[in-house]
Amino acid sequence: MEHIRTTKVEQVKLLDRFSTSNKSLTGTLYLTATHLLFIDSHQKETWILHHHIASVEKLALTTSGCPLVIQCKNFRIVHFIVPRERDCHDIYNSLLQLSKQAKYEDLYAFSYNPKQNDSERLQGWQLIDLAEEYKRMGVPNSHWELSDANREYKICETYPRELYVPWTASKPIIVGSSKFRSKGRFPVLSYYHQDKKAAICRCSQPLSGFSARCVEDEHLLQAISKANPVNRYMYVVDTRPKLNAMANRAAGKGYENEDNYSSIRFQFVGIENIHVMRSSLQKLLEVNGTKGLSVNDFYSGLESSGWLRHIKAVMDAAIFLAKAIMVENASVLVHCSDGWDRTSQVCSLGSLLLDSYYRTIKGFMVLIDKDWISFGHKFSERCGHLDGDPKEVSPVFTQFLECVWHLTEQFPQAFEFNEAFLLQIHEHIHSCQFGNFLGNCQKEREELKLKEKTYSLWPFLLEDQKKYLNPLYSSKSHRFIVLEPNTVSFNFKFWRNMYHQFDRTLHPRQSVFNIIMNMNEQNKQLEKDIKDLESKIKQRKNKQTDDILTKELLHSFHPESPTLKTSLCFKEQTLLPVNDSLRTIEGSSPADNRYSDYAEEFSKSEPAVVSLEYGVARMTC
Amino acid sequence: MEFAELIKTPRVDNVVLHRPFYPAVEGTLCLTGHHLILSSRQDNTEELWLLHSNIDAIDKRFVGSLGTIIIKCKDFRIIQLDIPGMEECLNIASSIEALSTLDSITLMYPFFYRPMFEVIEDGWHSFLPEQEFELYSSASGEWRLSYVNKEFAVCPSYPPTVIVPKSIDDEALRKVATFRHGGRFPVLSYYHQKNGMVIMRSGQPLTGTNGRRCKEDEKLINATLRVGKRGYIIDTRSLNVAQQARAKGGGFEQEAHYPQWRRIHKSIERYHILQESLIKLVEACNDQTHNMDRWLSKLEASNWLTHIKEILTTACLAAQCIDREGASVLIHGTEGTDSTLQVTSLAQIILEPRSRTIRGFEALIEREWLQAGHPFQQRCAQSAYCNTKQKWEAPVFLLFLDCVWQILRQFPCSFEFNENFLIMLFEHAYASQFGTFLGNSESERCKLKLQQKTMSLWSWVNQPSELSKYTNPLFEANNLVIWPSVAPQSLPLWEGIFLRWNRSSKYLDEAYEEMVNIIEYNKELQAKVNILRRQLAELETEDGMQESP
Repeated sequence: MEHIRTTKVEQVKLLDRFSTSNKSLTGTLYLTATHLLFIDSHQKETWILHHHIASVEKLALTTSGCPLVIQCKNFRIVHFIVPRERDCHDIYNSLLQLSKQAKYEDLYAFSYNPKQNDSERLQGWQLIDLAEEYKRMGVPNSHWELSDANREYKICETYPRELYVPWTASKPIIVGSSKFRSKGRFPVLSYYHQDKKAAICRCSQPLSGFSARCVEDEHLLQAISKANPVNRYMYVVDTRPKLNAMANRAAGKGYENEDNYSSIRFQFVGIENIHVMRSSLQKLLEVNGTKGLSVNDFYSGLESSGWLRHIKAVMDAAIFLAKAIMVENASVLVHCSDGWDRTSQVCSLGSLLLDSYYRTIKGFMVLIDKDWISFGHKFSERCGHLDGDPKEVSPVFTQFLECVWHLTEQFPQAFEFNEAFLLQIHEHIHSCQFGNFLGNCQKEREELKLKEKTYSLWPFLLEDQKKYLNPLYSSKSHRFIVLEPNTVSFNFKFWRNMYHQFDRTLHPRQSVFNIIMNMNEQNKQLEKDIKDLESKIKQRKNKQTDDILTKELLHSFHPESPTLKTSLCFKEQTLLPVNDSLRTIEGSSPADNRYSDYAEEFSKSEPAVVSLEYGVARMTC
Repeated sequence: MEFAELIKTPRVDNVVLHRPFYPAVEGTLCLTGHHLILSSRQDNTEELWLLHSNIDAIDKRFVGSLGTIIIKCKDFRIIQLDIPGMEECLNIASSIEALSTLDSITLMYPFFYRPMFEVIEDGWHSFLPEQEFELYSSASGEWRLSYVNKEFAVCPSYPPTVIVPKSIDDEALRKVATFRHGGRFPVLSYYHQKNGMVIMRSGQPLTGTNGRRCKEDEKLINATLRVGKRGYIIDTRSLNVAQQARAKGGGFEQEAHYPQWRRIHKSIERYHILQESLIKLVEACNDQTHNMDRWLSKLEASNWLTHIKEILTTACLAAQCIDREGASVLIHGTEGTDSTLQVTSLAQIILEPRSRTIRGFEALIEREWLQAGHPFQQRCAQSAYCNTKQKWEAPVFLLFLDCVWQILRQFPCSFEFNENFLIMLFEHAYASQFGTFLGNSESERCKLKLQQKTMSLWSWVNQPSELSKYTNPLFEANNLVIWPSVAPQSLPLWEGIFLRWNRSSKYLDEAYEEMVNIIEYNKELQAKVNILRRQLAELETEDGMQESP
């Protein structure tokens, strides 16, 4: 690689992020085409994918060397001290270039090779079939049909080819409406609730300005509300704060005027835009990174970052959707400005509340494919996959994952998947290792020929699904059909396992979740063992009844009790020692290699003294 | 019976009870000397059975002739009673007010409570100092039991029996007592088997402004050091506060007189600061209308978690001195009855696996809180809803329990008890049918003849049927020292206590049950597999015998 000037630097120190006594590990730093690798003196490896690097910073030279701070998109922060400034400068420059690629073709996914042949790869991409998903929801049906209007991406470039619309919406209506909507994103079906016959639809803001109207758009909305045979009015939810929406009117955009549309009820829900969210996360991370953080600084930082307030706003909006459908039986049309950020958050989360299928591992993949990938959430721009406009980067999808995590906290038995699943997906929206999240819309993905040149993440997650199963999941319970979360402020907590996923010293030292997960696995094994043993015993017994005469004869020669004898030759076996080791070792999902490096540290006879440094200084007598 | 005078209206019909997360119930309200009882007429079951001593404050208001009494309990629960008839309502309210603030301890419920269970083991004798000392004496010939305080004459807040260095005689102890606040001379709190290091605790030294010293005191604490070793004195007050204490006759150990000791000052808050913190926190938790910013700023302003962090950090420091530095520690604040005990007891939770068992934790509370003279009666007289400014109330014990919960959360498999055990102890410290937490010290409990006249909490808790509620299904003995993280990100709000009445825990409880089921099922399967393996082995040996007779 032409960017790599130095491939190996020795005697590099890795500082402990939270230690105030500047504890460090010494080791060797390697730079590969795809990863930064640090191997410390205990041979422990720390791998950092170049694509995960959000920023590299070279700090002022110190006596021990040149400090290099690397912040990653998965919230890992590493602090190296490179002995020679020249080396540090070389690494710094290499990383700057390696972490910001100019072309999609240079991303990891195009070179990643999991040793699968073409048909396996294609099968992987076919794992999730959205046509199948719409069929599951019950469309097409007498009210909704598949429209071929966007088959060639002629009406809307950022929408998928296949769109579902009310059957009464003719092509001219669709074309007319699309001209009246930002980026041509006219109202289409996102989720259909079969029992209630009500729909969640999505679009972008209307180009209404202060007074513009569009008959076709009004017709389309009417068609949507008429497609609901039970309730004739529908909600139009503008997910933006009212002020922002009003400001947009001056630019010829805006929101629906209730007077122009028959039977709509208009509602703002006040979720902030991508720029507010980006700086909110930035503030949150600054607070978290503080050494020797006090409780008060933590909470005032959490408050001033506004992060949890934003999470709550998204959740409240989703609840609004679910309630409109469940309680009022009304359809809902959701939009924001362009309809690919807040709209995706709210539609997907709303569907997740309504439909337990989306709370399964497969269903969650389908949901992400539908409301995020196919409807053109701009993953590449939002995640900064390429060297682009930093103002387009925003943690919109991360917020969605966090909302789901909050639901898993309130409803521990309602989800088939666990936290590790959410973290793993978060890892891969940034990793550029798989093709799923590359590009900003379906059209772009087709042009990149992702299905031919890259692999899909989903089959790999599915193959590993044991790691991602929630042991407490209760699939049969009817109580979890519709989730009604409580959004009182105190129910929103800081998601430590996301934002500090690599700072294991801040985590509980033993994980109940892992123990139960392993126990569940073990139970399955035990059930199998019991079956095996029973059949073996049966066999033996059958054999014995065959020679029953001989046996009785033998017994008369050996009158001692058989249990006595067996107790000599049979020692109670300790079952599955795995279990024991897991109890004392901390670490999230054991097979997940992001975490395995910590297992060793905690399996030592004494866990390391951790943030204790806060209280202890200069202890030598 | 004196209570009859206080109960003007013993019974009211058609009273409606409102509780969070339950439908309203109509029923008959009865007042007895110690309880407020509401039973619905439908199936004759009691909907509410509340100890008057659990009532922290009441509010009353009227709409026409319908009166409403809002009862705020010491366990933070708030319930509402709608009482038809103004006179009835006023009578009930004034009775509750009088009955919940009885002056005399001997009128409290524990003196009237008759247990409905068979006492298998009398809790009053479960944790005798002699038995506790036996655990140590096997490992060390350097300590002895002293009965110098037999008549509570040397130190009114100490128990009759204390553990002191063998080389120090009772006469010296008497002298040291005059040099320490409240007569609380340094005594053994914990002996670390692994390296023989100890935690001692005491009251502050009475050095005053002119730097008084006491040779016996120096000798006593030096007697605990091994040859050539140094120790640490952890003063739970900031240096500033400790210096100010000199003006009132108190003070701290001067380096010049204690050259073998290094003093470290920490600042753990006391009294009204803690009480205000609790009041603010509970107020924040009870207001469901707070938006996110307001909730977070209220949570921050309460400072509760700051106190938790400070206490835990100090306990970790003490444990670190013992286990990592191999040095003995003396811990004191001013009186040595509050922050001192938080630190000594938490350090033991960190260091000593036994204190993480149910039995061991009970022993710890008995030794480090009850016998060590934490003034429960004063500290727990009022809880988060008290509106009168009182000097002695402070949630010192609740903070300790919260800290234990924080460690339990970080080491969920290392404790034999679960969260419910801690909640139960919190409830009984504030209002109970048992005598355990009555009085402020051993001497007071002796005078009250609690052992004869009341039942011990431990007699009840240690019955197998009760214990099962408090047993942690994940427990697996962990003989290690457990170091908790004290970063703010690792110290959440204790929802089980503070949000207990403000949210439905239905789904969480069900998930917990499911977890218990999985564990139980696992045990069952393991047992079955073992039986089958044994059976198979038997059959195999039998066959073997057949084949090779």
